[in-house]
Parts: sequence; C-alpha cells; structure tokens
Amino acid sequence: MNTNFNIPVSTTGETATVFATDYLNKLSGERIERECKRQLDAGAKTLVVNFAETEIVNSIGVSILLGVIDAASNAGAKVVFSDVNNDTIELFEMLGLTNHVTVN
Amino acid sequence: MENQQKLIHTFGALAELGNEIAHKQNFQEMIRTSLHLLLGSLAIMRGGVARYSRFGHELNMLVVRGFGDDFPLSLSLCHEDERQFLTNGLAPIEVSQAKVLPFFQVYDRSFESKKIELLVPLVIRDEIVGVVMLGEKANGEPYSAYDKDIICAMARHIGVGIAQRNLMAELERRADENRRLYEDLRMTYKDTVKAFATAIDCKDKYTEGHSVRVGKYSEIIAHELGWSDEQIEGVAVAGYLHDVGKLTVERNIINAPYRINAKESAELNKHPAVGYEILLPIHHPYTDVPLAAKYHHERLDGRGYPDGLEDREIPYIAKIVNLADSFDAMTTDRPYKRRRPAHEVVEDLQRSAGKQFAPELVTAFCKGMLKELTGETKQKRFRRLLGKDYMEAEGIVPMLKNALNGMNPTSSLTLVSLD
Repeated sequence: MNTNFNIPVSTTGETATVFATDYLNKLSGERIERECKRQLDAGAKTLVVNFAETEIVNSIGVSILLGVIDAASNAGAKVVFSDVNNDTIELFEMLGLTNHVTVN
Repeated sequence: MENQQKLIHTFGALAELGNEIAHKQNFQEMIRTSLHLLLGSLAIMRGGVARYSRFGHELNMLVVRGFGDDFPLSLSLCHEDERQFLTNGLAPIEVSQAKVLPFFQVYDRSFESKKIELLVPLVIRDEIVGVVMLGEKANGEPYSAYDKDIICAMARHIGVGIAQRNLMAELERRADENRRLYEDLRMTYKDTVKAFATAIDCKDKYTEGHSVRVGKYSEIIAHELGWSDEQIEGVAVAGYLHDVGKLTVERNIINAPYRINAKESAELNKHPAVGYEILLPIHHPYTDVPLAAKYHHERLDGRGYPDGLEDREIPYIAKIVNLADSFDAMTTDRPYKRRRPAHEVVEDLQRSAGKQFAPELVTAFCKGMLKELTGETKQKRFRRLLGKDYMEAEGIVPMLKNALNGMNPTSSLTLVSLD
C-alpha cells in the first residue's frame, strides 16, 4: 500500500483500492475523489473504495462518493464498496447508491 | 425505520449546513461544502450553485459537480426570467415544466445534456442572489414533495450565505470609497493649508517661505520625539498656519525696515490671538492647531505673550512651533538684522533651553540636525532649508554634540560621543 496526499491506495492489475478513512466526511474528502479519478485515468477498470476505517458516512461523504461513481461511469469502470458496516449499507441502499455499485 | 434513518441523515445535513453558513470564513469553501451537503442529503448525482449579478443580469457559476467542462460558466437572465423567479421565490422549479421561460429555452440543451431536473431561485428579501441547479437522484426516482421541502430549506441557507457575502462585499466597497474620499479630503485640506501658508508669507517680503519652513522644522522635532505619522502631520499643519493672524496686521508694520515702536509692536503682537480666532471655527483633522497659533510666542519662563503662560500651562504643540519659529527667525535675513551663523544659533538654543524653549525639544531638534550632518539619516531637510554651506560650517558637529551633552539632565537627553 502506498499513500498519495495522505490517501492510502493499493493497486493490483486493473483494480485500484482507495481507503476512504474519515477524510470522506469533510471537504478534504475531495482528495479521495481526486485520487479515484487519478486511478481511473491511469487505467483502473475496477475501483474499490474500502470503508474499513470509516465509521459513519455523512452527506458530504455521500456527495463525494457520487462524484466517484459519476467519474467511474464516465470512464466505463466498475465501483465496488468494500468493508462497509451495516448502518452505512442501509444508508447507501436507502439513498440509491447501491443501484450504481457492488457492495461486498 | 427507513424513514427515520432518512430523517436523521437529511436533518444532520441541514444542521451542518446552518453551521457552515454561520461560521465558515472562506466563501468559496462554504459554497462548496453547502453543495456537497445538499447533494449528499438526498443523493443527487450532480448540481451547481450560481451567484446572480444584478448589474450584468447573469448567473455566474460558483461551484458545480458533475456538469463537466462544457457547461456554461455564466448564464444570462432577461427581465421576464427575473420577474418569474422573483414571483416563484425559493420553490424548486421543474425544468421540464418551465420551458416557456426564455432562460430555459436558451439553455435547454445544456440542461438536458447534464440531466438537470430542478432549478431553485435563491430569492432572499425579494432579491435574486443566485440559483441552485440539481440533476437526477441516485435512486432514479422523481423528486417528492418531501425532497422539495428539504431542498427549499437548504437552498434558503445557501441563499442567505450568498446574500451575507454580497452585503460584506458592498460594505467593503463603501468602506474603500470612504477611505478614498477621506484621503481626497485630507489632500484638499493640506493643499488649502499650504495655500494659506503661502498667502501669509506673501504679506512679508522678507520672510518668504517662513510658514512652510516652520512647518517643516516642527515636523522634524515631532519626528525626533517619535510621534505618529498623523501627529507629525498635525504639528506640520500647526507650523504652516501659526502666523495666520498676521493677515490682519498692516503690511507696513510687518515689512518695517527698522525696529518697530511700542505701538506697532502692540499691533503686531495681536496676531497670535487673531490667528486663534481665525482657526478655531475650522474643523481640523488634527487637534490643537488653533492653540499652536495662539501660544507660539509664549515662553517657559512666563515672559512670552499673549498670556504670559509658564511651562506646563503652554500647550505642547505651541512649544514645538515656538522653537521652530524662533529657529527660522535666527537663521533667515530680516530687514533690520542679518541671519546669524550656525554656531551662534546652536549656542543660543542651548542657552535658551529651560527659559524660552522646552529642553527636550531643543535636544530633539539638535539630534535631528546632528543625524543629518553625521549621515545617520539620508534625508537632507536642514541642508535644503538652510543651504549646504550654512549647514556644513566648520565646527558645527562637535558643537551640537557638546550642546546635547550639556543639556539639562532632566530632559530626554542621550549622551553623544565626542570622538
């Protein structure tokens, strides 16, 4: 795993995993979105957003994830949300984010 | 259960937005965060916030998400659009239902390509301050009445944020304008003061430039005393105007090529009080200017005029102008007397410290002179006012140092090395 602008990232083949951490819920979370776009520009076909260290996701976090989904859709890539806790899964389902991503 | 979670999520966003608008100092960050909160609260795929310029009749995009690079950064509104937006207020407008308005006809293609579904005019206190544009929801469902209520509440917050910013910008603009006006006023005042000084000096052919020089010497003394720029300006003005009362004294008395008699002297000695009367009704931006005119012939030992005041009774500004005035009298030719050499003048200042002049003022004045002669300051104020030869007369530097070291120890004296 390496970090780019403090955003932890790991890549395996055409899969890039970006770790959301708690940055996601602040304006600084835009760095996560930028990192995802960078990975898509670098040719990632699957973008995994890992929520292992993300306890809750607020509205800013949701907006940033929508930006990631939009960028991936434009790049023809798939988005996977991994290690998401149950409360957050419920939130994503309620808001319709799960229509656009795979959750595992 | 789902409804409850939805409520918690959206109200959390609303609370955060309120906090953001109330406390964020950076306007751009505030708007960016606000758009995130609005989009994230209902999972709206894309959106933007524009600020309205009522001068240009255009909406300028402040922040966009998901609109791409081809979306116009500035969108024009015609009067009909403005009228309709004002009538509509903060209620979200469904783009598909509003195509009769010119605005939607002009930008129809841009809205369609970005899937913009709702447009919320930000109307605050009957004024359009901007709009919020929103794309489709992530769940693909149409906007419900509940969604629109939430959007309306959040849009109001964003509108208030923009209105506050506009107000601040307007206040800053007016403050800038006031500062400029005040500067202009100050310049006009200074020019008037200088014109007055010239008028005063014109009356006396032998003392041409006297008032201006007294102003400059007063400035030097105040500078050496460590006064602020404004205080220095004030004392300079007092110097320029100290003899304004002479405008009422007959020209033949002022220009008499002999020592004037007692009657003429009594007439001339009225000029400080007359000057005070002239200057008193004027609203000066500095304090004590009229007092400097009234008391610039008072002496510390009480032998001055018009009131024979002593030391502490004499306004400080008048003491400064008195020293500057006397110095100029000693160092310029008069009809009945040639100017005195520099060493004599320095000796006289030293002798008169504590009698006619405040010792700390003589110290400050001599220090100013010494600094120029020893090159400690690059300014050439004394050389310009008195002439290079006069100022660089032999022996003047050690004499000034001696004078400074021999001054009353109770004054703000600094010992100066004679080496």
